[in-house]
Amino acid sequence: MKAAAFDYVKPKALSDALSLLEQGGDDARLIAGGQTLLATLNMRLSEPSILIDITDVAELKGISVVGDKLRIGALVTHTEIEDSDLVAKHAPLLKAAAPHIAHRAIRNLGTWGGSLAYGDPAAEWPACSLTLQATMVIHGPSGERKISAKDFFIDLYTTSLEPDEILVATEIPLATANQVFYFHELARRHGDYAVAGLAAVAEKQGSVLNNCVFTFFSVSSTPVMAVAAQDLVNGQVMNDQVIAKAVEAAREEIDAIADITNSAEAKTHLIGVLLERGLKHLVA
Amino acid sequence: MSLKKKVSMTVNGVTVNAEIEPRRHLVDFLREDLHLKGPHLGCEQGACGACTVKVDGQIIRGCLFLAVQADGSVVETVEGLTKSGALADLQESFMRHNAMQCGFCSSGMLLAAAELIEKQPKASREEVREWISGNYCRCTGYHAIVDAIVDVLEARAKGQKIKPVVAHA
Repeated sequence: MKAAAFDYVKPKALSDALSLLEQGGDDARLIAGGQTLLATLNMRLSEPSILIDITDVAELKGISVVGDKLRIGALVTHTEIEDSDLVAKHAPLLKAAAPHIAHRAIRNLGTWGGSLAYGDPAAEWPACSLTLQATMVIHGPSGERKISAKDFFIDLYTTSLEPDEILVATEIPLATANQVFYFHELARRHGDYAVAGLAAVAEKQGSVLNNCVFTFFSVSSTPVMAVAAQDLVNGQVMNDQVIAKAVEAAREEIDAIADITNSAEAKTHLIGVLLERGLKHLVA
Repeated sequence: MSLKKKVSMTVNGVTVNAEIEPRRHLVDFLREDLHLKGPHLGCEQGACGACTVKVDGQIIRGCLFLAVQADGSVVETVEGLTKSGALADLQESFMRHNAMQCGFCSSGMLLAAAELIEKQPKASREEVREWISGNYCRCTGYHAIVDAIVDVLEARAKGQKIKPVVAHA
């Protein structure tokens, strides 16, 4: 299908983008990579009257280390993350996750910020940002505010972003020397949405894991942390018993929701499968 | 009120100036306005990859990119990349392996494969499959296509070219 008619503007300054967004109200949509938006426009699931293309806004670009944080601009593409040496060094979980996102042609355009702001529960970046305890940097008419990833994702496709705000960047604590990570998703075909996925990090000393974060995605209305399983694993010498207990706890604490092709029971089962594989990988 | 925007871009080495509606995606612009029928429209929602073109040196989904977004960019299609010889090895290899299937995906497959060869010259057979999974359409199998791409990877690793099936006069 073809998109309905709309106007198109391409501001160069963040302040201009914000005022255009305020003027446009509900009829305006931001476009960055457009890899979700264009499909919804083509299918007429969305019919904005104006698109505000923010890809010229310099403040939203680039990957850099600022103090003890890795700053990833909202316009950074999935490919840039996949190919970035800074990401490989300071947030290796993201490098491992990037190839799972759709396909190269889509990763070349789709953006970090777009994925976070869209809040798709099956997407990789919301889960990774939660796992890495990222902070979202947001600009709106009243200036800048920061919010942690755990408070950012509210519900299905719903974040704490207000309609007149723009996600500018994300700040991620730099990975420590003994940080280990695991990323995996189970999908029917490479690049498809995950049936279930896990983004995990921990601090490893011998066969003991601490400060574990296990975030499951595509199982609920937002990415969700398995807090009880994390508590069971923290400080324990890893063995089959600990793994079995953690698997049981994760399956128990996450209220999986069925999608169009996969039942809640299947997802609950896969949560355990992923966690078992993940724990074995993390201590290996 | 006309919503048309003036754009200027380079398409296959030629400067193109046009006035287009913002809602026109790049492949409609290429096919309908510039009569470049190489990029195909399959699903128009980013799933099939038949619309793959290059913008500023990278493959993209032409159906998920507006023509107005290409303002100031360098756009290349299978037509231009055939003329420049950038796809010659892959095209010879596709012919050798009869790697066509129904042929609808071929232009997208060639462009995707070219970027794989550039970015991951040591790709394994599995990695080739992963990469071209973005261009799976309605057929199945794709074995001959994988064979063709693997042959080019191997030839490049040895510094060789793919021998033409048909000798050009």
